[in-house]
Amino acid sequence: MSTLEAFRKETRDWLEENCPQSMRTPMGENEEPWGGKNPTWTNPDSKVWLDNMASRGWTAPTWPKEYGGGGLSKAEAKILAEELRAIKARPALMSFGIWMLGPALLEFASEEQKLKYLPQIVRGEIRWCQGYSEPGAGSDLAGLQTSAEDKGDHYLVNGQKIWTSYANYADWIFCLVRTDKSVKHNGISFLLIDMETKGVETRPIKLISGSSPFCETFLTDVTVPKENLVGELNKGWTIAKRLLQHEREMISGMGLGGSSSGSGGKPENLAKKYSGEKDGKVADAALRDTITRHKMDGHGFLLTLQRSAAETKAGQNTGAASSMFKYYGTELNKRRFEILLETMGTNGLGWEGDQFSQAELDTTRSWLRSKGNSIEGGTTEVQLNIIAKRVLGLPD
Amino acid sequence: MALVLNEEQTLLNETAAQFFQEQVPISNLRKLRDDNDAFGIDRNIWKECANLGFAGVLISETYGGSSFGPIGLGLILEQSGKTLSATPFVSTVLLCGTAIQLAGNSTQRQEYLPAIAAGERICALALEERAHHNPTHIETTAIQTENGFTLNGTKTFVLDGHIADQLIVAARTSGATTDQHGITLFLVPAKSDGVSIERMQMADSRNAAKVTLTNVTVSDADVLGSVDGGSDVLDPVLDMGRIGLAAETLGLIQEVFDQTVAYLKERKQFGEVIGSFQALKHRAATMFAEIEVCRSIVLEALSALEEQRNDVPHLASLAKAKLGEVSRLVTNEGLQMHGGVGMTDEFDLGLFMKRARVAAATLGDANFHRDRYATLSNY
Ligand SMILES: Cc1cc2nc3c(=O)[nH]c(=O)nc-3n(C[C@H](O)[C@H](O)[C@H](O)COP(=O)(O)OP(=O)(O)OC[C@H]3O[C@@H](n4cnc5c(N)ncnc54)[C@H](O)[C@@H]3O)c2cc1C
Ligand SMILES: Cc1cc2nc3c(=O)[nH]c(=O)nc-3n(C[C@H](O)[C@H](O)[C@H](O)COP(=O)(O)OP(=O)(O)OC[C@H]3O[C@@H](n4cnc5c(N)ncnc54)[C@H](O)[C@@H]3O)c2cc1C
Repeated sequence: MSTLEAFRKETRDWLEENCPQSMRTPMGENEEPWGGKNPTWTNPDSKVWLDNMASRGWTAPTWPKEYGGGGLSKAEAKILAEELRAIKARPALMSFGIWMLGPALLEFASEEQKLKYLPQIVRGEIRWCQGYSEPGAGSDLAGLQTSAEDKGDHYLVNGQKIWTSYANYADWIFCLVRTDKSVKHNGISFLLIDMETKGVETRPIKLISGSSPFCETFLTDVTVPKENLVGELNKGWTIAKRLLQHEREMISGMGLGGSSSGSGGKPENLAKKYSGEKDGKVADAALRDTITRHKMDGHGFLLTLQRSAAETKAGQNTGAASSMFKYYGTELNKRRFEILLETMGTNGLGWEGDQFSQAELDTTRSWLRSKGNSIEGGTTEVQLNIIAKRVLGLPD
Repeated sequence: MALVLNEEQTLLNETAAQFFQEQVPISNLRKLRDDNDAFGIDRNIWKECANLGFAGVLISETYGGSSFGPIGLGLILEQSGKTLSATPFVSTVLLCGTAIQLAGNSTQRQEYLPAIAAGERICALALEERAHHNPTHIETTAIQTENGFTLNGTKTFVLDGHIADQLIVAARTSGATTDQHGITLFLVPAKSDGVSIERMQMADSRNAAKVTLTNVTVSDADVLGSVDGGSDVLDPVLDMGRIGLAAETLGLIQEVFDQTVAYLKERKQFGEVIGSFQALKHRAATMFAEIEVCRSIVLEALSALEEQRNDVPHLASLAKAKLGEVSRLVTNEGLQMHGGVGMTDEFDLGLFMKRARVAAATLGDANFHRDRYATLSNY
């Protein structure tokens, strides 16, 4: 048996033993495992599952072991992901720390910072949020104004962030702050702030989907130790951009219609159920064609993600790929929800109450949530600008 | 999945690129068209293709082929698509060559395959009977006689039909007009009594013909594969053709896109290059994304052929449908972004657009293949 096969077998056995049965069912509402200092465990198995996975570092499979990660090779991580998928396991941990901050820290942080923050992230002990956008700085992120003044032994931070996802539940925030007002991109620094510090305040914003997953975050005379600066002073933009790449990759994965809650099921099956079936086919030919166009694009997109991974491995990566994926993946996901709605008719448009199944109500809400996909992490238009400039070399 | 090329493939790709650009540039097609060339292809070029191993790409070395395999085939076709090279690749190599390789007995293989690989014989598949691709709608009849069959019927859009030495005719030996079962393939020399062939002048200036069969007699030895079992052969043969056409179309799309982006950087209006206008930039970026997806699909389909996987039909339909749609997008947008000059015959864009549409309609358009993809996916 090759080492990889042995790893697969060992992984399969371990998962069999350590993944609670209830963690192999679709995740219900309010069951997302975000961890943090004040976690909500609607289902106690979620906590068991997280701790089991974290004990092996498998919430961050490829991070080095010395920082709490799994230390797996890419091939091993792929096997782990496959085995998890095979038993329909829920994610053990959902975390901006793992998806966004961690990879940036691994690349840019000091040894002390890595040792301090990364293991906490792996274990889901600290919940992070992202303090990038401001009322006056959205797409033009580098126009941000929140300032950090050098006060000798600490920074004094003042300003306002907005659209900060889950800020009201987060323990820490990674922030872009202005440390030099005389220049734009080269006057930005990357700062880690404990949200329990005096002067940090959050106010939830209600969304069209009815939920309030993000906030305004106010920073008023917030004292931040100097050791919380990541990388060099005024060099934060490089980190910010790299982190955005990770964020885009995470968001574009949604174009594949993963198995997470509210993803709504396969349109072709729903079409048979809601609009009828004839000889094993979706009866409505127009709907069937609409579904197929979308499926084909999704199929092609998946193959493109795989090709890109293969090219990266062969050392021939094209830099702006993440912009293409963000653009294509999010537009696909939005289209998918429009098609689900079309497929489910008025049953896909219920708002609340017993006349609709939970899955139907989730679809309505998820459809509305999906609209944010092409805005968050850099809008579709911004991604197209990046492709035009970086890949096609078109002038400003 | 072989989504990254190995060394040998990279080399083949370069050879093919150089060959088509130098020996068969787009001016070659233009000349054939302007001269109203009766043959519609340059036979010397085809001989050259054979010498480079292109014509025998799918044929095993036993029969004089080069065995580059499907990935190699895709690379060659992609390069040929960039210069709109007029060759009998689809008719002779993809369709007839594959059919004979798959279904031919050893005599038939021995007779045809080395000649195809050597570029000495052109073969055409006489399949279609109506304006839309439909491989099971066969009205052409083959009535059994004492020592063979008598064929009657009319075939349309037979690629390279009027220059073919040899036809493979799909005729009905049993069943109703649209039955899958009951179709038989026959090897019919183009010069046979009762075969009349007229060229169809297509918009893309490439070869196609109408073939009329009137009491054409063939012997039992001319049956390719089994009687009534023609569809089993046609399915993989057509998928080979579809994937090959998708690869050719990929080259065409890439070329039009590259030329368009180059034009956006060069043409000035309002005191600036037009590529600085966001209304054009975003559309170009959108096309870039679509082309990336197309490339992945074509590579995957070729890999599936190479690995003889059972999702070949799925991927053939995906490739044919998606590449057809994107070729329409990119040729339309390419022309629009060139402004008035794109409308001129002197400019090449029109030639690309015409070829894109004919290639898209060949062996099933996007509608056909979306329907097939859905059916194959059980919905
Ligand atoms: C669900 C969701 C979650 C989010 N979570 C977070 C978070 O956790 N942390 C955080 O910091 N931020 C978060 N954001 C904010 C997000 O990053 C911003 O909304 C985004 O960057 C766009 O900024 P804006 O809303 O100010 O829009 P604007 O930048 O004002 O854009 C408005 C419109 O103009 C277009 N536009 C802008 N500039 C250009 C240009 N140069 N060319 C062409 N078109 C242009 C945009 O594409 C858009 O269509 C989140 C947003 C959403 C929707
Ligand atoms: C069939 C036909 C008949 C014609 N008949 C006549 C006639 O009788 N008399 C006559 O004088 N002219 C005639 N014209 C010329 C026609 O008016 C021009 O072709 C047209 O104005 C476009 O100019 P152009 O070809 O130089 O393209 P360009 O201006 O070079 O445009 C190239 C591309 O850039 C785009 N573009 C240009 N500027 C911008 C911008 N600021 N923002 C975004 N996109 C931009 C264009 O939309 C186009 O897609 C004719 C053209 C055609 C095709």
